[in-house]
Amino acid sequence: MSFQTAVFYLFAAILVFAALRVISVKSPVHAALWLVLSFFTAAGIWLLLGAEFLAIALVLVYVGAVMVLFLFVVMMLDVNFEEMRRHFRSYLPVGAAVGGLVLLEMVLVILSGTKGAGSAAAPAAGSNTKALGRLLYVDYVYPFELAAVLLLVAIVAAIALTYRRRRETKIQDVAEQVKVRREDRVRLVRMPAEKREG
Amino acid sequence: MSFLTAPTLAHYLVLGAVLFAISVAGIFLNRKNVLILLMAIELMLLAVNLNFVAFSAHLGDMAGQVFVFFILTVAAAESAIGLAILVTLFRNVGSINVDDLGKLKG
Repeated sequence: MSFQTAVFYLFAAILVFAALRVISVKSPVHAALWLVLSFFTAAGIWLLLGAEFLAIALVLVYVGAVMVLFLFVVMMLDVNFEEMRRHFRSYLPVGAAVGGLVLLEMVLVILSGTKGAGSAAAPAAGSNTKALGRLLYVDYVYPFELAAVLLLVAIVAAIALTYRRRRETKIQDVAEQVKVRREDRVRLVRMPAEKREG
Repeated sequence: MSFLTAPTLAHYLVLGAVLFAISVAGIFLNRKNVLILLMAIELMLLAVNLNFVAFSAHLGDMAGQVFVFFILTVAAAESAIGLAILVTLFRNVGSINVDDLGKLKG
């Protein structure tokens, strides 16, 4: 067994174990941490497949950003997670049956379809990042820009959804300022002139 | 053991299928907790991405990796907005239990 093969089986075992823990542990914090481990091992498997850029991006984007977001949200919510797991055992047969069925179907299809497929082709010569960058910025430049716009929209949406105006903060309301008329602010007062005291 | 050979395409695809099946089972097991549901969906996307990368390496075609890149982008946006909705939901309903979220049923 070569080193690569050993690494593949090691990572695959860790990945499957971590995924099982994600769906079975009690605390969501632990589930998020197991998910981090599964992302790390998946990145290792992608490295084996020669997709270096995506492996690093997975670690940076998912472990570094998305999972931290998950952890923040878990810690912000004051929820009784125990109560939600009360029916866990009664769902177990259905979940296991559906999961097993999906797995069985997929494995049958894969094994019947790829009998003749040999080992994976050697990774392309040269830097994977360079090749991917050339493809992204030349052939897929419009989808790339669209993805950037999508991310921007997601940022705006996430902030707009969670933004909460506090009553005690004092901020400018520009719309209110622009809308103001002269009559709202200026009051002309007519009063008789006063005599000068002698 | 005969199947412990050097990893072929089928090995990666079966690994992806196992991951996908685990996350489908996870959706059934944790159907009360929206947070774990989101995590199971992330796991599902990871399984699909694994398939894309495996095929990309097998066929020597980089387009599969470009697709994974876009899936990662969309999945990051999805989880950010999903979590934002979750936070808003918790503020308004005081729970993230799926059973408590039937308000639109009337």
